[in-house]
Amino acid sequence: MNFPEDLKYTREHEWCRVKGNRAIVGITDHAQDALGDIVYLELPEVGDTVKKGEAFGVVESTKAVSDLFAPLSGKVVEVNDPLADAPETINEDPYEEGWMIQVEFSDPSEVKDLLDPAAYRKFVEEEAE
Amino acid sequence: MRYHPHTPDDVRQMLSAIGAESVEALFRSIPDRLRLRRPLDVPAAVDEIGLLAEFRRLAARNAVEHPPFVGAGAYPHHVPPAVDQLLLRGEFFTAYTPYQPEVSQGTLQALFEWQTFVAMLTGLEVANASMYDGATAMAEAALMATRLTDRNRIAVSAAVHPEYRRVLATYLASTGDEIVTVPYGQDGRTDPAALARAVDDRTAAVILGYPNFFGVVEALPEAAALARKAGALTVSVTAEAVALGLLQAPGALGADVAVGTMQSFGAGLQFGGPAAGFFALRQEHVRQMPGRVCGATVDKQGRRGFVLTLSTREQHIRRERATSNICTNAGLMALAATIHLTLLGKKGLAQLALLNFERAGLLRDAMQRAGFGLRFTGPSFNEMAFDVGDAEAVVSRLARKGIAAGAPLSRWYPDDPRMRGALLCVATELHATELIELFAASVRG
Amino acid sequence: MANPTGWKPSVERGSGGGDAAETGAGGATRGLAYEEPLVFEHAASERVGVSLPAPAGGRDPAKELPAGLLRGEIEGMPSLAELDVVRHFTRLSAWNHGIDTGFYPLGSCTMKYNPKSSEALARLPGFAAAHPLLPAELCQGSLELMWLLERALSEISGFAATTVSPAAGAHGELCGVMMIRAFHVARGSPRKKVLIPDTAHGTNPASAALNGYKAVEVKSGPDGRLHPDAVRAAMDEDVAAIMITNPNTLGIFESDIGAIAEVVHAKGGLVYGDGANLNALLGVARPGDMGFDVMQFNLHKTFATPHGGGGPGSGPVAVKESLVPFLPLPLVAKEGTGFRLVTDPKERPSTIGRLHAFHGNFGMMVRAWALIRELGPDGLRRCAELAVLNANYLRARLRDAFHLPYETDSLHEVVFTDKLQKASDVSTMDVAKRLIDHGFHPPTVYFPLVVSGALMIEPTETESKETLDRFCEGMRAIAEQARADPEGLKAAPLKPVRARLDETRAARKPVLRWTPGMKVE
Repeated sequence: MNFPEDLKYTREHEWCRVKGNRAIVGITDHAQDALGDIVYLELPEVGDTVKKGEAFGVVESTKAVSDLFAPLSGKVVEVNDPLADAPETINEDPYEEGWMIQVEFSDPSEVKDLLDPAAYRKFVEEEAE
Repeated sequence: MRYHPHTPDDVRQMLSAIGAESVEALFRSIPDRLRLRRPLDVPAAVDEIGLLAEFRRLAARNAVEHPPFVGAGAYPHHVPPAVDQLLLRGEFFTAYTPYQPEVSQGTLQALFEWQTFVAMLTGLEVANASMYDGATAMAEAALMATRLTDRNRIAVSAAVHPEYRRVLATYLASTGDEIVTVPYGQDGRTDPAALARAVDDRTAAVILGYPNFFGVVEALPEAAALARKAGALTVSVTAEAVALGLLQAPGALGADVAVGTMQSFGAGLQFGGPAAGFFALRQEHVRQMPGRVCGATVDKQGRRGFVLTLSTREQHIRRERATSNICTNAGLMALAATIHLTLLGKKGLAQLALLNFERAGLLRDAMQRAGFGLRFTGPSFNEMAFDVGDAEAVVSRLARKGIAAGAPLSRWYPDDPRMRGALLCVATELHATELIELFAASVRG
Repeated sequence: MANPTGWKPSVERGSGGGDAAETGAGGATRGLAYEEPLVFEHAASERVGVSLPAPAGGRDPAKELPAGLLRGEIEGMPSLAELDVVRHFTRLSAWNHGIDTGFYPLGSCTMKYNPKSSEALARLPGFAAAHPLLPAELCQGSLELMWLLERALSEISGFAATTVSPAAGAHGELCGVMMIRAFHVARGSPRKKVLIPDTAHGTNPASAALNGYKAVEVKSGPDGRLHPDAVRAAMDEDVAAIMITNPNTLGIFESDIGAIAEVVHAKGGLVYGDGANLNALLGVARPGDMGFDVMQFNLHKTFATPHGGGGPGSGPVAVKESLVPFLPLPLVAKEGTGFRLVTDPKERPSTIGRLHAFHGNFGMMVRAWALIRELGPDGLRRCAELAVLNANYLRARLRDAFHLPYETDSLHEVVFTDKLQKASDVSTMDVAKRLIDHGFHPPTVYFPLVVSGALMIEPTETESKETLDRFCEGMRAIAEQARADPEGLKAAPLKPVRARLDETRAARKPVLRWTPGMKVE
């Protein structure tokens, strides 16, 4: 299982790449593995607002469906539209090509609540037990 | 008991393997005070000879010598014996929902064929694997429209089957959605001016019968245009699916969703059920579709096969957020319709539809000669309402002759004085000319 | 002299190669199966498969209907002669496993034998050709049968009255929750929540949500049972009802049902019973005596009406006296010696309304009543006894080969897991697919959700000890193969007309109907 060092994580298995006041968001390698083959997803539109801890979309595999939870509050400024036609990208490359949305976040203090790679790894290991 | 294969010796051996003293001991997890300590008060067991005799006596208390002249949502049609004999293949009728596709390819391919037939008849892109019946299919269509449009008003024509509308009201009682009933005009069609007034930017769906409950063919294109302009979905409801062999497909006339029952194909009457409800829609709405759906794919060796798919919409995965709670549907009846439609084929379906249209013309002429005019002037397929004076009296009088005369419309429209003498009658390929003449004469009395 | 020529036919052995040639524990061989295209893929022709009177040409559609509302022959419809149609569907049927083919231990679905006599009875013309709107005097037989079935179901379940109109189990659930809602509305407020144990069928939360309720999950205990304390902690005056399957989907009887019902009733809530597993209780105990206020039947499960490849079902709903006013229409009333349908809401002002265009799936009612008549009180009880005996026998014979997650007593079904097979990377799905090669339908898999890798086995009472023994032999062979040859096992199934199908592909690029030139590769 892959936990890139430059990312922040949530307990709902999203990752976040923070740059300035923007964050790119996707689901983790662990999440895509647990879901299995992803077949469909619903993402917000550019301009929508998302709220930390609340659902911003849905991801579906053949046998499971899961909400996507926003790691930070803010405005959606970019959406990875090609995913709609190639959801398998999320399985193949969850941290790069499989990114989902880019958020311009409104409250920088929320970044502090995100997990670092070590903490997330520990969380995943504990959850497995 | 022929269905219970256990010999006393089997039971002893099995108990010994389990390590239990008695069968009774296997029920020790049920607290004693919750046990039933007396035999059930149901009639004593009967053997097969007695069973057949008893059921024959019961069945004989129904009068079915003549094909009924009543339709009103359930249509008497000839079902070729080949349909039933194929349905009785135990591999079909003793299988369940095809959860394990490798041992269910028969059911799955037949469902794929059913979905294709439904899509072809309705002129829409896709269809699901069937619904309980036409009424629940319509209610689910209304619910889907509220999800798709995020609106909560359903405009439904008063000329849609009244029992379908009651089922709709029952389904919507707890959702907070609102039903607006649109009146019909002198021609039996939904009043276009009233419809225009009823539809606005809160309307999720416009629901029209096609043909409607009075057997009248609605002006579907105009209604669909109106709905589209308001951002609402158009739902057509068809109870007499043979009509779709003659009438333009609702999808081609602007309907976004077509629902109803395929009872006319393969099901027979069966006192009203079972028959397969159908649900067809545009591909873009498929993620909000209720119920199961079969899709094509390939197996490990690259051979085409079929599976249930898009199942994340459904209750067993999405639970409280599912598009519907439906799981078991009407699979066997969908198969019956598929077999019947395959037997009919392109030519047979067109012939059957034309034949129905003709026989209804004979009925209309015979009734007019007997002095009974049409209640509604709108165009019809195989069903129409006649003014017969006292419709209930006619029904009672003909019942004494063993003839099911028709459906008195005042039962469903007690407040409409136009309906007082209206008797809704159908003629199909089962109604030969002589029978139609006899019927008209009997109505005159 | 038996064979004067001395010639002895012999069959070359091993020509089939590998596992595909072996006979499974259930007697499965490859059989004779044909490839068969879709009906739409047969060559277009002018053939028909029906015999109908020729239209006389007496009425011209073009003269009466606007041209825009007429259509010609439908392009793409098949054109086959009757024999080709018969072969098509006969061939398709051979690709299916049904109860008539072999053992079908699909947990929670009660795949018991469907009597052939019931099929004959449902086809008696008096029943099969009866129009649902026949005047009452012309359909006394149907009405009496519905009334008799309603009375019997009420007695079997211990309730005051039963509606037979819901068309399937989930439809019955919907009906039951609607009545619960109407009951609370009549007392001032519909309330907001429905409690649902974590072992429940997905239809329970979906039925609650369709009625505007929030589904609140209640965790079952380590023994697989629901505990009164867990219910008490979740229970308040916003809770409209709890929905409980008893025995639950682990096959375990909810022994605390009485105390749970008291907790719920004390706060004004109602107790809904999902009757999916009623087979375990026939003649032994009655939900109505346990504190349930309402429950649905699944006639296709408990009363052996055919499952039909996914229906039609029939889902009657039984209620206590307090819910009788809310029953949907129609109902059958007995008046003197005759019967009448009650359809007018004026007669039943508190009714929730109507759930079916007509009276429900009458054809299924005929079959269910036939079974009840043939079984009688002792036979009904014997169903429960033998179903429970069969499940416990499988449990005893398989528990050293497969992990049993709950030691608690089983009734009519038993849940194992793939925990012991995990070491060799063999999953429940692999076990299920390999069972097919042995000639058995797989159990219900990955359900209930509280058990990881669940294999839920419900043998039913109509299976003989010999069949169960063969199934155990197959299961044990699979457990052995999981150790010795996991890769071979993962290749299963080898015998059916198709190998494992790509469900991901089906969902990513949905192809839901035939179109001309369709290719799926």
